[in-house]
Amino acid sequence: MTAVATTARPLHSQRPARALADVAVITGRNLRRLVRVPTLLAFATVQPVLFVLLFTYAFGGAVHVPGTARYIDYLLPGIFVLSIGFGASQTGVAIAEDLGTGMIDRFRSLPITGAAVLAGRVAADAIRNLFVVGLMTGVGAAVGFRFHAGPVAAAAAVALAVATGVAFSWLNLLLGLAVRDPESAGLAGIFPVVILFFTSSTLVPVATMPGWLQAFAKANPVTVIADALRALCLGGPATRPVLEATMWLAALLAITIPAAIGRYRHAITP
Amino acid sequence: MTDAAITTEGLTKRFGPVLALNGVDLELPAGGVLGLLGPNGAGKTTLVRILATLLRPDQGRARVAGFDVSKRPAEVRRRIGLSGQYAAVDPFLTGAENLIMIGRLYGLTRRKASHRAAELAAQLQLTEGAGRLVRTYSGGMRRRLDVAASLIAAPPVLFLDEPTTGLDPAGRLALWNVLAQLTAEGTSLLLTTQYIEEAERLAATIVIISSGQVIARGTPDELKAKAGGDRLDLQAAPGQDLRRLAASIAALGSRQPAVDEAAGRVVLPVADGAAILPDVVRRLTAAGLQVSALALRRPTLEEAFLALTGQAAGTLPPETSAASSVPADAPRPAGKKRSTS
Repeated sequence: MTAVATTARPLHSQRPARALADVAVITGRNLRRLVRVPTLLAFATVQPVLFVLLFTYAFGGAVHVPGTARYIDYLLPGIFVLSIGFGASQTGVAIAEDLGTGMIDRFRSLPITGAAVLAGRVAADAIRNLFVVGLMTGVGAAVGFRFHAGPVAAAAAVALAVATGVAFSWLNLLLGLAVRDPESAGLAGIFPVVILFFTSSTLVPVATMPGWLQAFAKANPVTVIADALRALCLGGPATRPVLEATMWLAALLAITIPAAIGRYRHAITP
Repeated sequence: MTDAAITTEGLTKRFGPVLALNGVDLELPAGGVLGLLGPNGAGKTTLVRILATLLRPDQGRARVAGFDVSKRPAEVRRRIGLSGQYAAVDPFLTGAENLIMIGRLYGLTRRKASHRAAELAAQLQLTEGAGRLVRTYSGGMRRRLDVAASLIAAPPVLFLDEPTTGLDPAGRLALWNVLAQLTAEGTSLLLTTQYIEEAERLAATIVIISSGQVIARGTPDELKAKAGGDRLDLQAAPGQDLRRLAASIAALGSRQPAVDEAAGRVVLPVADGAAILPDVVRRLTAAGLQVSALALRRPTLEEAFLALTGQAAGTLPPETSAASSVPADAPRPAGKKRSTS
């Protein structure tokens, strides 16, 4: 008998449109999970609100940043990224879970690329992060935050925050595929975020830190990104910090995307 | 060119020190059903994973639906469905959402995917749960949903790795009916299973693998014949010593007798049962032993499997000397399910 008939996708399926449709299907799956899995929902809603309120009221009285009238103006751009960074750890958890439950085996047996599976996850994260930034801006506005540099700069700030989230998502996909265990993936995702954020300009100006820490804090990419976001939100020279932040993110993506896709290609349920 | 659904030649896969597959040759004609039986760790799942393009073989070749799994994996993936050992479905999607997602990833339109999802849900008795989140499903429902997902695009070649493990009898029967219908319509099926009756019921050809090698292949009848002729069941009368009973007739068998203490029975593999029956009766009489029933029958596939994989508790290789080697403390609950895979 001749070759078995192909009932599934037709031969022109390699087209980019097909790949985008696959990304959209995976994105849809992850967005559904986002509103149905309690921990994911909490990471997207409760946590951002808590961050805004806790840091504003717990630190706001003590921290006076020269050149900014209100602490919330200084704080909010940085904790956009803090929230997104914590949320991204759930992406590593999710991919490790998919590995453990055989979901990755199933996806890998389907006529779709690994890049589509991972990109669908990242796209869902980006949509979540857009929501998170909007929510935090709303809560921030209620306690005094304002964009001071106009709508274009504000939009650029949101875009940079979401782009940072994209890089975090790819990093966590790589971590989740590397450590393979959901709990370890969660820790591996949170740990660097905590260290890098508290040694950056996110919460307090670098100038208030001891000298040895200042050197590290200045080189810390989270400082670079927080400063760029602050420039876009508050005004002042933004080109250079934004360019530096963009280069950091591009470098992170250039490493994590191929590494994550490479790992996915050989990933198998233990 | 004509194409088998699956052909493998000298398929070899090593994981560190473990040789998971050692030169496996298989052929499944298009539209055929092949049952893969083997003890745990025999290499069944590794074989399925290589054929489904999840693992690359170290040596050897495999073609699925006409394409080499190593060189043209994308072509293979368009033509296969896989249901692995795990219920690989998303607990936070509904049953229908899971099926539609997988259907769309096969390239079906949303409409077609929804239609197929409803059809499969009905066939696998999942209609009632189709709108519920999978996290509320029982284990059996998840398993059936997982198999349904592998069927969504009606792929011409289907791999099912222990598809009915964890299913209740009704679920198993529903799945068997769906699979029988699919294969009748021309789907080629490779199935691994722990259940010998499942292999016997669904598979025209059975391949037994052990330690990564094919140790027997054939139809169920051929395998039963390979396992050494007929079986003579001797049901001991109450109070009889089963070991004495076994020892008295051991010399007449083609292999050592098996003693089933629980059932009060001795099972003797025999080459030509009808010819030795008078001898059996003579020896029993001479030893003063009584049986309440004496029956000659074909071996079950389970007995064949155990004999061929050398796993049989209570049977010993034929060259071992008779009376001393009959194990007394190895009850074989014949007829009950054994974990054999």
